[in-house]
Amino acid sequence: MSAQSSNGNAPSRELLEKLFRTAYKIRVFETEGIKLYRQGLIRGYFHPYLGQEGIATGVCAALKDGDYIASTHRGHGHCIAWGASINKMVAELLQKDTGYCRGYGGSMHIADIKAGNLGANGIVGAGTPLGVGAALASQIKGTDAVTVTFTTDGASNNGTFMESLNLAAIWNLAFVLVVENNQYAVSTKIEESTREVDLYKRGLAIGVESYQVDGNDSLAVYNMTKDAVEKCRRGEGPILIEAKTYRHMGHHVNDPGKYMPADRLAYYKERDPVDRARAALTEMSGIDQSEIDAIENEIRLEFEAAVEFSKASGEVTIAEFREFAAAY
Amino acid sequence: MYRDALREAIDEEMERDSSVFIIGEGIAERGGSYKVTEGLLDKYGANRVRDTPIAEAGMIGVGVGAAIAGARPIVEILYVDFAMLGMDMLVNQAAKFRLMTGGDGRVPFVMRTQGGTGGGVAAQHSQSLEALFYHIPGLQVVMPSVPADAKGLLKYALRQQDPVMFLEHKHLYMTKGMVPDGEHVIEFGKGDIKRPGKDVTIIAWSNMIPRALEAAAKLAEEGIDAEVLDPRTLVPLDKAMILTSVAKTNRVVIAQEAVRRGGVASDIASIIQAEAFYDLDAPIEIVAGLNIPVPFNLELEKASVPQVDDIVVAARRTLHAKSFALAAE
Ligand SMILES: Cc1ncc(C[n+]2csc(CCOP(=O)(O)OP(=O)(O)O)c2C)c(N)n1
Ligand SMILES: [Mg+2]
Repeated sequence: MSAQSSNGNAPSRELLEKLFRTAYKIRVFETEGIKLYRQGLIRGYFHPYLGQEGIATGVCAALKDGDYIASTHRGHGHCIAWGASINKMVAELLQKDTGYCRGYGGSMHIADIKAGNLGANGIVGAGTPLGVGAALASQIKGTDAVTVTFTTDGASNNGTFMESLNLAAIWNLAFVLVVENNQYAVSTKIEESTREVDLYKRGLAIGVESYQVDGNDSLAVYNMTKDAVEKCRRGEGPILIEAKTYRHMGHHVNDPGKYMPADRLAYYKERDPVDRARAALTEMSGIDQSEIDAIENEIRLEFEAAVEFSKASGEVTIAEFREFAAAY
Repeated sequence: MYRDALREAIDEEMERDSSVFIIGEGIAERGGSYKVTEGLLDKYGANRVRDTPIAEAGMIGVGVGAAIAGARPIVEILYVDFAMLGMDMLVNQAAKFRLMTGGDGRVPFVMRTQGGTGGGVAAQHSQSLEALFYHIPGLQVVMPSVPADAKGLLKYALRQQDPVMFLEHKHLYMTKGMVPDGEHVIEFGKGDIKRPGKDVTIIAWSNMIPRALEAAAKLAEEGIDAEVLDPRTLVPLDKAMILTSVAKTNRVVIAQEAVRRGGVASDIASIIQAEAFYDLDAPIEIVAGLNIPVPFNLELEKASVPQVDDIVVAARRTLHAKSFALAAE
C-alpha cells in the first residue's frame, strides 16, 4: 500500500496524528469497555471492533461535516472515528440518561442523527439501504454530502446489499459502501458463505466502481476513501471499497472465538492497525516518543473521565418512560 | 431443559423421517446460539444439517419451496425480529399456497425462532411478534411454555401439512421440566390447564406461563384460586377449553408479553365476550406490553412487559370489580 496521500504528497503530521489518535481511542474504548462488561456494568450485546480500527479510522478522516455515516452492530469504532463524545457513548452503554440514546438504545443502536451518524444497527444489512436513502436525500436536496455505509462480509449475502447498491448505481448517488471483510459471520467462515470471497467483485457485477484495500492500514484506507469521496462529490458515485481485516477476538464479548485458527490470528495481530498507525506517525512525522506517550495518556484519561461521568449520571425514570409510551 | 426437549424432538423426527432437514445460521458445527441443534451435524451429516449465510428472506423462501416439493424443512431464524426479512415468503407464499392451488398444494414448513425480552438486548432483539403471524390465515402459531410441550408440539409440527411458526422464548431455553420419552406428540389446537382453579381464569402462553403460575401462587395466599390456561397453539386456538374454563370461573385475565395494541389477547377477549358474555361476572382484564419498542435500559425493559404483580393486580380486579366500582362512587 502506498504511503502517499491521494494528491501525491507525503502525508502531513496532522493527518498521521489524527489517524493514530482515532485508532488508539477505539482500542482503549473497546479494551476498557470489555472490562466494564466483565464487571457487570454493561449488559446485552457488545461486539468489539478490536483489530478492525484501521477501517473506521481511515474512512472517517476522509469525510467532512455534513456527510453521513451508517454503521453496523459492531459500531463503536465508527462512532468514535466520526468524532462522537466518549462521555455519551460510555453513558449509553451504562444505560444512563446522559447517553446518546438516553439508555434506550445501547451498544447496537448508538446514533447521533444531528451529527450525521445514522446509527449502529441490530439488523445485519440494514445500514446499506438506510445509507443509500441518506444519499438520495442529499441528491434531492441538492447538497454535496457524501454518505458512507459501513457494512460487512455477512451482510453482503443479504438481499439488502444488492438491492440498495443497485439503486445507488442507477441514480449515481454520492454513496460509498465500505465492506468490512473480517472473514467471519459469528463462527461461519467466509469460504462457507460465498464462492467468491473477494467481495468488491459484487460491485463490479452491477457496474459500480469497486476497490479492495488492506483494512489494517488506516493510511491506505484514508487515501482510497478520499479518492472515492471526491468522485462522489463530482457526481461519479457510488463506489464500493472492500477492506480486508480480521477480528482480534470472538464475535462478541462472551464468544471465546475458538474457531479462529491461531496462525491466522497471529498473522493479523502482527499487522495490528493501531501499531501500524503509531509506526506511520513515528516514522513519517519525526514525532518523539514522549509526545506519543502524552497522546496515549490523554486518551486514557478521557475514557476514565467518561466512566466517572457515566457512573454519576442518572437513568430515565419509569414514569418518564410511561409518558413516552403513551404517546408512541 | 426446554432446549434439550427441542433437540430431542428434532433428533427423533430426523431419525424417523429422512425428509426432515434443518438450516440456519451457525446451527451445524456451532450447534446454534441456544445449543438446540448441538450434535445433529455429527449424527445426520452436512446434507441435512446446514449452515446458511445471513440471508433470512432466502432461507425462509427455500424452506417454503422445499416443503412444497415434499421435503420437511426446519428453518431456524435466530431472532423472530429477523423473520421480518422473510415476510413475503411467509405471508404471500407459504400462507396462501394451499388456497391458491385449490387445496392441493401443502406446505409442511416449520420456522423455529425465538422472541421476547431477555436482559438488555434492546429493541431489535426483544420483540414478541406472534400477532403478525396470527393475523395471516394459513399460518399456524405455536408458543410452547414448558419443555414437554416444546417437544410434543415440535414433533407434531414435523408430521402435519401446513406452515408452522414455532415461536420459542429466549428466557425459557434453560428452564427445567419433565419430558416424556419417545412418542410424545401433542396435537395442535389442544390447550393445557397448567393449574386448575375455580375463581379466575388466567390465559397465558410462552414466558407468561411461569409468571402466571407465580401470580396464581401469590393469589392463593390471599384465598384466590386461579386457573392457569395455556392454549399452547394460538392458531389453531382451543376455544372449547377456554369457554369451559370461563363457564367455571366467570372471570378472565389474559396475559401476553407482546404489546397490547392489535394483540392476540384482544382477539381472545373478543371471542370470549361474543361466545360467553353471560358467563362473565367482571370485565375481561388484559395484561400486556406497553405500546412501545423494548428499551435497552433494564428497568425500562421490565416496565415495558408484564411482571408477576401486574397479573396479580389484574386478577384481583376481576374479583373485586364490583367493590371497586362502589368505592369509586
Ligand atoms: C438480519 C440479521 N440476521 C442475523 C443476525 C444475527 N447476527 C448478528 S451479527 C451476525 C454476524 C455478522 O457477521 P458480519 O455481518 O460479517 O459482521 P461482523 O460481525 O463480522 O462484523 C449475525 C448472524 C442479525 N443481527 N440480523
Ligand atoms: Mg464479518
